[in-house]
Amino acid sequence: MSADSLIRSSAVDAVARGRRRRANRRRTIVVVLLALIAAAFAVSLVVGRTVYPLDQVLAVVLGQDVPGASFTVGRLRLPRATLAIVAGAAFGMSGAAFQTMLRNPLASPDIIGITWGSGAAASFAIVTLGLGGASVSTIAVVAGLAVALVIYLLSRTGGLVGLRLVLIGIGVAAMLRAATLYVLSKAPQWEEQEAMRWLAGSLNGASWSSAAPAILALVVLGPLLLVLARDLDVLRLGDDTASGLGVRVERTRLLVLVVAVGLLAFATAATGPIAFVAFLAGPIAARMVGTDRPLIVPAALIGALLVVVADFVGQYLLGTRFPVGVVTGVLGAPYLLFLIIRSNRSGGSL
Amino acid sequence: MRLLWLAIALAVLAGLVVASVAIGSRDVDWAGIVAAFGGAEDGLDSAAVLTRVPRTVLAMAVGAALGLSGAVMQGVTRNPIADPGILGINQGASLAIVVGIATFGLTTVSQYVWIAIGGAAVSAVLVYTIGSLGRGGATPLKLALAGAATTAVFGSLITAVTLPRGDIYDLVRSWEIGGVGGARWDVLAQVGAFLVVGTLLSLGSARALNSLALGDDVAAGLGERVAVARASAALGAVLLCGAATAAAGPIAFVGLVVPHVVRLLVGVDHRWLLPFSAVVGAALLTASDVLGRVIARPAELDVGILTAIVGAPVFIWIVRRRKVRDL
Repeated sequence: MSADSLIRSSAVDAVARGRRRRANRRRTIVVVLLALIAAAFAVSLVVGRTVYPLDQVLAVVLGQDVPGASFTVGRLRLPRATLAIVAGAAFGMSGAAFQTMLRNPLASPDIIGITWGSGAAASFAIVTLGLGGASVSTIAVVAGLAVALVIYLLSRTGGLVGLRLVLIGIGVAAMLRAATLYVLSKAPQWEEQEAMRWLAGSLNGASWSSAAPAILALVVLGPLLLVLARDLDVLRLGDDTASGLGVRVERTRLLVLVVAVGLLAFATAATGPIAFVAFLAGPIAARMVGTDRPLIVPAALIGALLVVVADFVGQYLLGTRFPVGVVTGVLGAPYLLFLIIRSNRSGGSL
Repeated sequence: MRLLWLAIALAVLAGLVVASVAIGSRDVDWAGIVAAFGGAEDGLDSAAVLTRVPRTVLAMAVGAALGLSGAVMQGVTRNPIADPGILGINQGASLAIVVGIATFGLTTVSQYVWIAIGGAAVSAVLVYTIGSLGRGGATPLKLALAGAATTAVFGSLITAVTLPRGDIYDLVRSWEIGGVGGARWDVLAQVGAFLVVGTLLSLGSARALNSLALGDDVAAGLGERVAVARASAALGAVLLCGAATAAAGPIAFVGLVVPHVVRLLVGVDHRWLLPFSAVVGAALLTASDVLGRVIARPAELDVGILTAIVGAPVFIWIVRRRKVRDL
């Protein structure tokens, strides 16, 4: 073997080792996150105003009838914790998909107004039309898609789409926020405080029937987004390179958009716009596993963990019961500002 | 030409003032208005007119303050999307007021106007600092993002402070949605001094803003004390939007839209731009208030909601018109 090829093969080995190491690291992080979510889920089932022993909780989860625990755990805590995980995962996935697709950490759906589109439509459906359940979700999805389409068309005037899109999205968000406030101001007085909770993002009143559409959406659309994520990752190399590698750019983008908005809108219809989860999950995931890997799965896990933990904190650790969105909003704030400062310094990359 | 536009703007404002006094859930004709001003104490017409007069004056004062402070901020930051609403400054004033109501039990405007101005000043400095870090200084994109983020953060904090306090919920809520509906003369008197000082500081900085528009170096070469000029203009803008927020709640987009419209009419000379922005701002807010009374009859649509729905498309138009590299 010549010295030249020896050097080359050792370089190849080094790259391969590096890849293996990063893949292992990623796998470890995913396992750790899953364990943390399971632990947080268990804690939020067991602990509350009344603490039930683990065996009773387990019996309820397995479908047995336990006096007392069956209602508190089975009817209140279990759907609530499940919805927290489902909505958190949906927000995290869809946020990471947007951030990857638009190559900008600030282009998350809650910042560019898509969440507000779903929120405005959902509040209109609930307050003004008096609807509930699946029809609210449908309206939220349609509105979210429409808003996404409008923002995309408005910002598609050639050149760098990303920056302009974020600014236009901020404008759209402000408008939709005003529309939501208007709809909610028409709500009867006794619903107003409830409306404010919903506006902040809340898991109050979570039940199996309200959680069902979001769960279904995650089961159907989540794997779809994972499949699309591979093409999405290629898109990060730039449109030309991606189409050279055989990815149909426009079609991929459209599909990702529809799926991500779908996930987001179903979750928003169930919980309201929980602040910053879609925005924060992707960048946190990127810091943990590196940006050379698809971020969808770790972002979903981080989103789920964020919402479960924040809801627990909001319910039991702060004296009064806060909606989960207030907790994520206040806890996420320093990180959000830090991210903006950092991305200002580095010129806007994730 | 500029004088003609000024005459037209003042005429429109005068027309809107009459409309604002006459139109509402109960329309009053000319004779009724004259009678009410003549001291007729009887009848619903007079009562309606007498409650609408302070309301109209407040709408004009708040609109003029917001339009003027937006024009000054755009001049100070040399940034086309500077606006007390977009930059999160109104939200900072709101947070300060809500905290004041919740912890110190403040109830009247004269008590929380100070705290509002303090909150506005702190958040202006905060947002500008965050937005100007890194390459290229305070670009519109970075400022808008810093503003949007700060607005969201302060919004969460406001909810966090308000929700557990059922006793102050209604007070905060009615103030927060904004609007000039509950205007009384004493509210006006309490913020009046701040508005006057802010207006004088702002108008006095017109020449300095013209120099600053050429760049800091040129301005210094022209004999302008750059830091002092910037600070006094910014102080004027903060006084104006803090006092306006204390009186009428957070109202967005007036400060953004008005200077842009005015620039189309009279150009970029701040000596014209600033007073014109005040007049057009007063007209815009009065018009929004009247419109809010008309389209939601017999209820009213809050003026803050209306300005956001009208102003956001203008914001989008401004963003679309500019080249990406300027963002």
